[in-house]
Amino acid sequence: MAETITIGKALNHGLRRSLEEDSKVVIMGEDVGKLGGVFRITDGLQKDFGEDRVIDTPLAEAGIVGTAVGLAIRGYRPVCEIQFDGFVFPAYNQIVAQVAKMFYRSKGNVRLPIVIRIPFGGGIGAVEHHSESPEAYFSHTPGLKVVTCSNPSDAYWMIQQAIRSDDPIVFFEPKRRYWEKGEVALDADLSGADPLHQARVAREGTDVTLLSYGPMVRTALDAATAAAEDGRNLEVIDLRSLSPVDYETIYASVRKTGRAVVVHEAPGNIGLGAELAARITEQCFYSLEAPVLRVTGYDIPYPAARVEEEYLPDLDRVLDAVDRSFGW
Amino acid sequence: MANGESTAGSDAPAGGFVQLLTPDGERVDSVTTADGTTYSVDFTDDEYRELYRDLVTVRRLDAEATALQRQGELGIWASLLGQEAAQVGSGRAMRPQDMAFPTYREHGVLYTRGIDPIMPFGLFRGVDQGGWDANEHRFNGYTIVIGSQTLHATGYAMGVTMDGKTGTPDGEAVIAYFGDGATSQGEVNEAFVWAGVFNAPMVFFCQNNQYAISEPLERQTRIPLYRRAAGYGFPGVRIDGNDVLASFAVTRAALDNARNGQGPTLIEAYTYRMGAHTSSDDPTRYRIASEVESWKAKDPISRLRAFLSKQQLADDGFFDEVDEAAKTLALDLRERVLSMPDPQPVSMFDHVYPNGSPELDAQRAQFAEYHASFEGSDH
Repeated sequence: MAETITIGKALNHGLRRSLEEDSKVVIMGEDVGKLGGVFRITDGLQKDFGEDRVIDTPLAEAGIVGTAVGLAIRGYRPVCEIQFDGFVFPAYNQIVAQVAKMFYRSKGNVRLPIVIRIPFGGGIGAVEHHSESPEAYFSHTPGLKVVTCSNPSDAYWMIQQAIRSDDPIVFFEPKRRYWEKGEVALDADLSGADPLHQARVAREGTDVTLLSYGPMVRTALDAATAAAEDGRNLEVIDLRSLSPVDYETIYASVRKTGRAVVVHEAPGNIGLGAELAARITEQCFYSLEAPVLRVTGYDIPYPAARVEEEYLPDLDRVLDAVDRSFGW
Repeated sequence: MANGESTAGSDAPAGGFVQLLTPDGERVDSVTTADGTTYSVDFTDDEYRELYRDLVTVRRLDAEATALQRQGELGIWASLLGQEAAQVGSGRAMRPQDMAFPTYREHGVLYTRGIDPIMPFGLFRGVDQGGWDANEHRFNGYTIVIGSQTLHATGYAMGVTMDGKTGTPDGEAVIAYFGDGATSQGEVNEAFVWAGVFNAPMVFFCQNNQYAISEPLERQTRIPLYRRAAGYGFPGVRIDGNDVLASFAVTRAALDNARNGQGPTLIEAYTYRMGAHTSSDDPTRYRIASEVESWKAKDPISRLRAFLSKQQLADDGFFDEVDEAAKTLALDLRERVLSMPDPQPVSMFDHVYPNGSPELDAQRAQFAEYHASFEGSDH
C-alpha cells in the first residue's frame, strides 16, 4: 500500500524496518534517542528498540564514527548520524583514514558495514556550519561510497539498501527537502527497488541534460517545467549515487541531447561537476553541441542566511545556463 | 623534575609505580596501591622461565628486523627495544577470548598472542598494508594514525557488552595499546569518555616510552599520565614498564575487572624507547647518551635473568639454549622475509570495496591492458 509521506518520515520508516529486520543494526549519534534527532529522523526508534539499539552518544563526532568502526569489527551494522554537514569534520580522520581504508588494509578480511548519515545543503536560514555540501571530499576518497536521495521513495529504499550493503556508505540527506511529500510503497519488497548506485531519469527530455542530485533535483525539475513553457524539452537526471557515479545513464542521455548542465550547491571549484564535465567530454565528445556547463555554489564559505538565496543555484540560474548552452 | 615525571601522586604506591621485580632482580612480594588494590604474581618456575624466553625472543626478532631494514630489505621498522616487558607482560595477561588493538610497535604483544611473527612484515617490507584477519587472531591491524585505534577498541568493547559477554569470569575484555604522544590526541580522550560513560570492558595500555619521536613527555602532559584516568572516572595505575611481572599482574587484574563488568582501567607502563622512533629517526638530535645509559641499568631482560640466576631457576645452559632458539627463529624469519614475493601490480585494485565498483573494474581493466601492451617489448 502506498502512502504519501515526507522524506523525513520515509527515512524514519526505512530505519525502523532495518532495525526490525536485522538485530545487528544500531543507530548512534547525538540526540538520536529520546529527542529523535534534531530533525526527528529517528523519532520513536529508541522507545521501540531500546537504548542499546538507538544510542545517544557523547558529543564527539570522531567518537561516534571511531566507535562505530569497533562495533562493525564486532559484527554490528552501525548507522551513524552526524547532526549537520559542517559538524562532520571532527570525524573526518576516522571516515577517511579508517572507515574508507580498513577493507583494503586488511586485504578484505575486515568489513565495515557502516552508514554515515549527514543532513546536507542550505536553504533553511541557518547559522554557519549548518548549510554545507561536503560531498566532494568523500566522493574523492577511495573506499567510501556516497549516495544521496531526492524524494521520499528513494529515501525509504536507499537507506535500507545502504544499511544492507557491506560497503561503508556516506548517506547525504537533503535537509531542506525533509518536509517534501511523495508516495512510498512502504510494504513493498526491497528487491524491487532500483539498485543503490544507479542513476534515475527523473524527467525525460530531448534538448538538454540537467545533472543534479539531492536537494537540487527539485530545482532542476522546476527548471524543466519552466523551460517547457518556452518550448525546450529538458531531461533531468538524479545521480543518486555520487561515488560511484552511474556514468552509463549520463552518457546515454548526453548522446541523445548533445548538451549537459550540472547543478549542485557545493562550490564549483574541484567539485563533482568538474569530474562530470571531464568524463562527459571524454566519452561524448562527438555528441556535444556545447561545452558542459556548471551551475553551482560560489567559491566562498557558505554565506550568511540573508543572502543564501543568491548563493544557491535556483531556477533562473539553471535556465540561464540552458540558454548559454544553446547560444554556443 | 619535569612535568609528567612526578612520582608524587597521592594515589601512587611507594616508588611511584607498581614494581614486582627490581632492576637488580629482587622480587617484591606484592604491592598495594593507595586504593587498596594488591598486585602480585604466582608463577611456577616454568612460567618464569617462559617469560624470560618471550622477552629474549621478541628482542632477538626485533634486532633481526632492524638489521633487515639496514640492509634495505624493509622500508622502515619501528623497534620495540626496551619495551619488551611492557608488551610481553600485558600480552601474556590476555586470555584467549580477549581482543587487542595495537599500534605499529606491538610486535611483542603479537608474539605472545601466538601469532606467527612474520605477520606484520608485509607492511614494513611494503608488499601489503598489513592484511590480516583481526577476528581470527584476536589482534587488530597495526594502526598508524596515532590514537585512532583506541576508539575502535572502545566501540568493540561496547559490542562485547551488547552481546552480553561481560559480567562473568569467562567474559571478554579488550585492550588498546598507545603511547605517551597519543594521550594528547582528541580521539584518545574521546575514547576515555566513551569507555567511561558506557562502562566498556576496556584496558587502556599506555606505553610511556618518554618520547613522541623527538618530543619529550613534558610536551604532552603536566601531570603523570595515569592520573588522567581520574578525570574520566576510572582507575589509573602506573607500573614499572620494564618489569614484566608488574605488567602481567596489573594488566591481568585490569582485564579481569573489565570482563567482570567493572569497566575500564588506564595503565601507564613507565618505560623507555631504547632505540629510535623508527629506522628513519636519529635520536641523538634530541636526547643525551647519559639518559639512555641510565635506562640500560633498568633493562627488562637482565633483571629477570638476574632473578632466575639468584633463585637458581636457570643456569647458563638454559640461557644459551634460549638465545640459540631465538636466533633460529630470527634466521627463519629473515629467510621468509627475503622470500616474500612482490605483489602483482594489478592486485593494487583488489579489496577497495566489498561489493566492488564498475568504475574501478574499468580502471583495473585499462591498467591490465596498458601493461599487456608492453609484453614482448624491451620496455
